[in-house]
Amino acid sequence: MTALQAELAAKGLADEVKVLETPRIGDCEKGPEILVYPENYHYIGLSVKDIPFLVEEQFLKGRPVTNLLAPPKKEEAQELREPTAKEVRVVLRNCGKINPENIEDYIAEDGYSALAKVITSMDSDQVIDTVKNSGLRGRGGAGFLTALKWGFTRDAVGDIRYIVCNADEGDPGAFMNRAVLEGDPHSVIEGMIIAAYAIGAQQGYIYCRAEYPIAVRTLEIAIEQARDLGLLGEHIFGTDFSFDLEVRQGAGAFVCGEETALIASIEGRRGEPRPRPPFPAVKGLFGKPTNINNVETYANIPQIILNGAEWFASMGTEKSKGTKTFALAGDVKKTGLIEVPFGITLRDIIFDVGGGIKDDLQFKAVQTGGPMGGCLPAEYLDLPMDYEKLTQAGSIMGSGGMVVMDEGTCMVDIARFFLEFIQDESCGKCVPCRVGTRRMLEILTRICEGNGREGDIELLEELSVEIRQDSLCGLGQGAPNPVVSTLQHFRDEYEIHIRDKKCPAKVCRALISYEIDPENCVGCTLCARNCPVDAISGEAKKTHVIDLDLCIRCGICNQVCNYNAVNVTT
Amino acid sequence: MTVTTKESRDVIKTVDEVVDEFHARSEELIPILMKLNQELGFISSEALERISTRMHIPQSQVYSVASFYHMINTKPTGRHVIKFCESAPCHVAGGREVWEAVQKELEIKPEETSKDGKWTLKTTSCLGVCAVGPVMMVDDDIYGNLTPDQLPDIFAKYQ
Repeated sequence: MTALQAELAAKGLADEVKVLETPRIGDCEKGPEILVYPENYHYIGLSVKDIPFLVEEQFLKGRPVTNLLAPPKKEEAQELREPTAKEVRVVLRNCGKINPENIEDYIAEDGYSALAKVITSMDSDQVIDTVKNSGLRGRGGAGFLTALKWGFTRDAVGDIRYIVCNADEGDPGAFMNRAVLEGDPHSVIEGMIIAAYAIGAQQGYIYCRAEYPIAVRTLEIAIEQARDLGLLGEHIFGTDFSFDLEVRQGAGAFVCGEETALIASIEGRRGEPRPRPPFPAVKGLFGKPTNINNVETYANIPQIILNGAEWFASMGTEKSKGTKTFALAGDVKKTGLIEVPFGITLRDIIFDVGGGIKDDLQFKAVQTGGPMGGCLPAEYLDLPMDYEKLTQAGSIMGSGGMVVMDEGTCMVDIARFFLEFIQDESCGKCVPCRVGTRRMLEILTRICEGNGREGDIELLEELSVEIRQDSLCGLGQGAPNPVVSTLQHFRDEYEIHIRDKKCPAKVCRALISYEIDPENCVGCTLCARNCPVDAISGEAKKTHVIDLDLCIRCGICNQVCNYNAVNVTT
Repeated sequence: MTVTTKESRDVIKTVDEVVDEFHARSEELIPILMKLNQELGFISSEALERISTRMHIPQSQVYSVASFYHMINTKPTGRHVIKFCESAPCHVAGGREVWEAVQKELEIKPEETSKDGKWTLKTTSCLGVCAVGPVMMVDDDIYGNLTPDQLPDIFAKYQ
C-alpha cells in the first residue's frame, strides 16, 4: 500500500488515483489484492516489486497487466442477478442487499414505516381503500383482488379472525417466495401486520413448507426480533392493537398449497381440501374468518402504503397492476429469479432478461403457472403478460414458475411428466382427480411408449373436460391443463407419436434408435466399452455397429462419443 | 400384549418427551410427528399407539395423518436417505439420466431400502433450487448441477 502510494506520487498521479483500503475483496489466499475502478481490473498476488510496472502500465498507459490479473471467475448459475433494464424490483428490492437476520437493516430501508403510518394515521377503511385503489391481486396464482378478500374477512361474522400467509410454494420450478422469505422476511411480516390491522385479527400463521429449512429459520429469527422491538405482540406502537405470529411447517404435501387443505394442515389434520363455499374469509382456520394471502402479496403491501396506490397502479396493464416475480428455469441462458412489470412480453422475459435459449437452440415452448399451467408456443412470444391474457392463451399466471423449453423437448413427454406429478400429489379425496388423472397418465404413457391408439386424443379431451368440471379443488380442476394446452398447440406431435410411432424431438425412448455413422466413427471402441448391455460390436480402428435388438436406448454411447458419430433417429 | 423391551421403552420415552414439548395439543400433531420422525427415523406402530394414548386421538387418525405427508415415514429407512428431485426443471436439465444412474449405482428402486440398510431412495417435490438442477438431497446435504459421473464420489462420502 505504501509502495503504491509512493509510486503514484512519484508519477504525479496522486491526485488522479484515489487509493482506498478495503476489507477482503475475494480470494484471501492469493493476496495482496487490488481492484481498479472503473475498469474493474482485479490484481492478485502482488508484491512491492510489481508496483512500479503496474502503475506505469495501468495508470499511466491505461493498459491492464495481464499476468497479474485474477483469472476470470467461472460464471455460475446465480439465483438473483443484477436487474436488467426491463426489470423493476419491488418485492425483491431488498433481497441480497440487506442482512435478513438483522431487523435494523430492514428498518434502515424504510422498514416498518408503512406499519407506523397505518397504525398512527389510518383506519381500517383507509387501508383497505388504498389496497383497493392499487389494484393488487393475489400473487398465489388465481389473481383475486386482495382488498376484496380483506373486506370479506373483516365483515364476516365472528369474534376471532386469523391472518394466514401461504408460504407452501410447491410448484416445481418456483422459488420466488423462498427468495423473499430468506432475503427479506420482514417485508412479509410487516405486510401481515398491516393486513391484521385492517381486518381486525390478533393471531397470524405463516405456513411454510418443510423443504425450505432456511426460510423457516430466517422467519423465526425475524419474528423474534420484531417481537423484541414491540412490532409484534401486545399494544403495538403503544396502541390497543395487538397481533402475534407463528410459523407452521408443512410436511411434504403439495396439495397443502390449496387454501382449505392448508387450513386442515395447520389444524393438525390430513391436508385434504374441502368444497367451497364457505370460503375461508367466512369460515376458515378453527372455523373462524381467515384471510389467506401469498408471500408475494403481503410483501407488496408496505410498498403500496409508503408509495401510494397510484404509484403501484402506474405499473402493469389495465387489470393486472404492479410487478410479478418469476423463477426462470429450463433451457434458458440466465436461469434465476426476476421481477418484471405486468404487461411485459414473453419474448422480453426469455430473450432479453433471460438472455435467450441455451446453446442458441430454437425456442419451442414456455410453460407458465406450474404443473397446472400450460405450454405456450412461439406464436405467443409477443403476448403481454397479465392474468387475463395468459388464461385466454390456454395457460395461467400461477405463482410464477416459468420453464423454458428448447427444440429438443417432446411435448407429449412433458405433458406425461406433469400428469405424473399431479397423479402423485393428488390427495385422493375426490374421484375425478384421483382416478381421472390416473387414466390420463396411462394414455399418455402408452402414447410415449409407441402403443398409442386412434381415439386416444379424443379420450384425453373427454377426460380433461370431466376432470376440470368435477374436481373438488384447484389441483384437480387444473390437472388437465398441461394436456389441454399441449393438445391445443402441439397436436401434430401427438398424432405423429400415435400414427407414425415417431418422436420428432427424439426423446421418447421406445420411438427412437441409435446408429453409428460410418463417416465419423474412427473405431476408438469407447462406446463399446461403455455400453451397459454389450450391444455395440466392432474391431479397434474399424466402424462399430449397434445391435438394435439388444440396445436399451440409454444414450450412453451418444454421450461418450468424442467424434459425434452416434446419431439418434426416429 | 406388547412386550416392553429396552428399545420400546426408549421409543415411549421419546414420544412422551416430544408430546409434552408441544403440550399434547391436537393441532400440533404434525410438528410432533415430524420431530419424532427425525428422532426415531420413522413412526413405528408402537410410537403410533403411544401418541394416540397420550393425545387422545384414535390410532387410525394418527396413522392417516402420518401416512398422508411425504416427509413422515411409516416404514423404517436406511441410514442415509436420498431425496431426488423429479420436478420438471430438473428433468429438462438432464435429471432423467442422473436419476437412472442413481438407481443403477445403488441397485435400488425408488421407495426401496438397500439390503445392507445403508440407503433409502426417495423422490421429493421441488426443493426450490431449480437454478442449479438436477438436484438431490442426501440426508440434509443438497447437491446441485449433478451429472451421472459425480455420483460415486458423492456416495463415497457417506458411511
